[in-house]
Amino acid sequence: MRIHQLSLFLENQPGQLIEPCSILSRAGIDIRTLTLADTQQFGILRLIVSDWQAGAKVLREAGYVTNITEVVAVEVPDRPGGLTELLTLLEGSGVNIEYMYAFTFGRLDKAVLIFRFDDMDRAIELLKRAEINVLDAVEVYTRIEK
Amino acid sequence: MIETIEEAVVGYHPASAPDYIPAQHMKDLQLARLKAVVLRAWDRVALFRNRMEERGLAPDDIRRLDDIARLPFTVKTDLRDTYPFGLFASPMSEVVRLHVSSGTTGKPIVVAYNREDLEVWTAAMVRSFAACGLTHGDILQNAYGYGLFTGGLGAHYGGEAMGATVIPISGGNTDRQIMILRDFKVTAICCTPSYFIHLIDRAAELGVNLKELPLRVGVFGAEPWTDSMRRHIEAAAGIQAFDIYGLSEIIGPGVAIECPFHSGLHVFEDYFYPEIVDPDTGEQLPDGAEGELVLTTLSKLAMPMIRYRTRDITAIVPGTCACGRTLRRMRRIGRRSDDMFIIRGINVFPSQVEAALLAVEGTLPHYHIILTREKGLDQMEVQVEVTPEVFSDKVGAMEDLSKKLALTLDRTLGVRVAVRLVRPHTIPRSEGKAKRVTDNRNLDQ
Repeated sequence: MRIHQLSLFLENQPGQLIEPCSILSRAGIDIRTLTLADTQQFGILRLIVSDWQAGAKVLREAGYVTNITEVVAVEVPDRPGGLTELLTLLEGSGVNIEYMYAFTFGRLDKAVLIFRFDDMDRAIELLKRAEINVLDAVEVYTRIEK
Repeated sequence: MIETIEEAVVGYHPASAPDYIPAQHMKDLQLARLKAVVLRAWDRVALFRNRMEERGLAPDDIRRLDDIARLPFTVKTDLRDTYPFGLFASPMSEVVRLHVSSGTTGKPIVVAYNREDLEVWTAAMVRSFAACGLTHGDILQNAYGYGLFTGGLGAHYGGEAMGATVIPISGGNTDRQIMILRDFKVTAICCTPSYFIHLIDRAAELGVNLKELPLRVGVFGAEPWTDSMRRHIEAAAGIQAFDIYGLSEIIGPGVAIECPFHSGLHVFEDYFYPEIVDPDTGEQLPDGAEGELVLTTLSKLAMPMIRYRTRDITAIVPGTCACGRTLRRMRRIGRRSDDMFIIRGINVFPSQVEAALLAVEGTLPHYHIILTREKGLDQMEVQVEVTPEVFSDKVGAMEDLSKKLALTLDRTLGVRVAVRLVRPHTIPRSEGKAKRVTDNRNLDQ
């Protein structure tokens, strides 16, 4: 149900993004999606990669502070109101979305979004009860391979 | 053209008489006072007596002025180690004032004054202001901080004793400072030079032309500044700017002052005996040679300081001054011999920064202090490397960390600090003693 996301600390300066990307590429690790949260001073790069263990290892060796966080990949209907339905479900449940971003791949009429919730267990339970497709790691990485 | 008696006596304030004592008389006075202060400290301060005894010295071994070189030094850590009252030579019933300044490990140092000490301090400040050409006709805006810092009260009582009208505005609130400067027809101001440059810039933003105001004299101290800063201040504000030197351990401001010839600072050596020593060996150096300033308080009662190592690097200026004062002069202070730095008049030690970082993070991250000067105001940035222990994938958590670090540093140091989180291993490591501070303040700006 949960997939592993790498996050790393960057300074908000020109050229900061290219280095971690090239470190991963040299190690033959594929970036499937990423998002950059930035402030005036610093940025936090969040990555879903083809091999998170190997990715964390090479980044740490290169001196990056790298965290591993569990996130949820959720399939959302790719039509107007698709995301709203999902958010409505979570509203009032007390579960807070800490951040979210989108996968670069989808399947025909479905988009895949990455969520980080403050209460992961409860969020997954809510989603499953509403019969929303929460992708497990195998499925995500299978899709990555396609 | 001199039209009034008041104009004729500028610089010859009665309190300034000791400024003109013939050199030999000064030496006689200094020796008499040195013997008395050594006897007092030996009799009343255990630390000093122990050090004298270790050297096999007794007070009556001080027979000539040169014998001062045989006396032990006092260093800043002595004040810390005997915190709070261990170096006092007077009972609390005779102490009438305490001041506090920052120390090396976040622990402050405490200095004490008897009524007589305050009189000496006030006299030194009157003589300082008189050397700057101030009289009882002046309106003095005292923008030094009032409180535990010696600057505010030292200048305050000196100004009042001279008969000037003192405005005890203290530091900060620049817009109000400018309003009062203009509305009260202020003729003299004292504050740190960097604050005055900030005031110049702010006045320009507010459309106030300082050159058109009656302000004519600025007495600036508590941090190093250069002749080119002086030129900038004098041209921008239409005033004459004077450098004043002092330190809490000795008395506060008023240890030495520039005269209108600006060729070094006259040391009030009837109260504060100056020596220049090699900072490494402690050997006395001749006039003209650069070294560490060592001061002995010749007349202080509550807390005599014998051969206090100031860590300020300077030299005695040889020869006599065109102003006629016989007081010896020291060169303006350009640097200090230890790692302490002064920002906006406040002493800061890297160890204080470490203590604050440690308190927030639990472990000590690699850090670096960068000092800059923007719009004439000293800025302090602390770069802190992000460690795995504190890193979060959430932006809010990292921003909170940054804020918490800034707040803790602010509270520990008493100066506003900008915190910048940086990637690990981006701060250069040095071998041996780490270089914790980069001072990019171009004192010439």
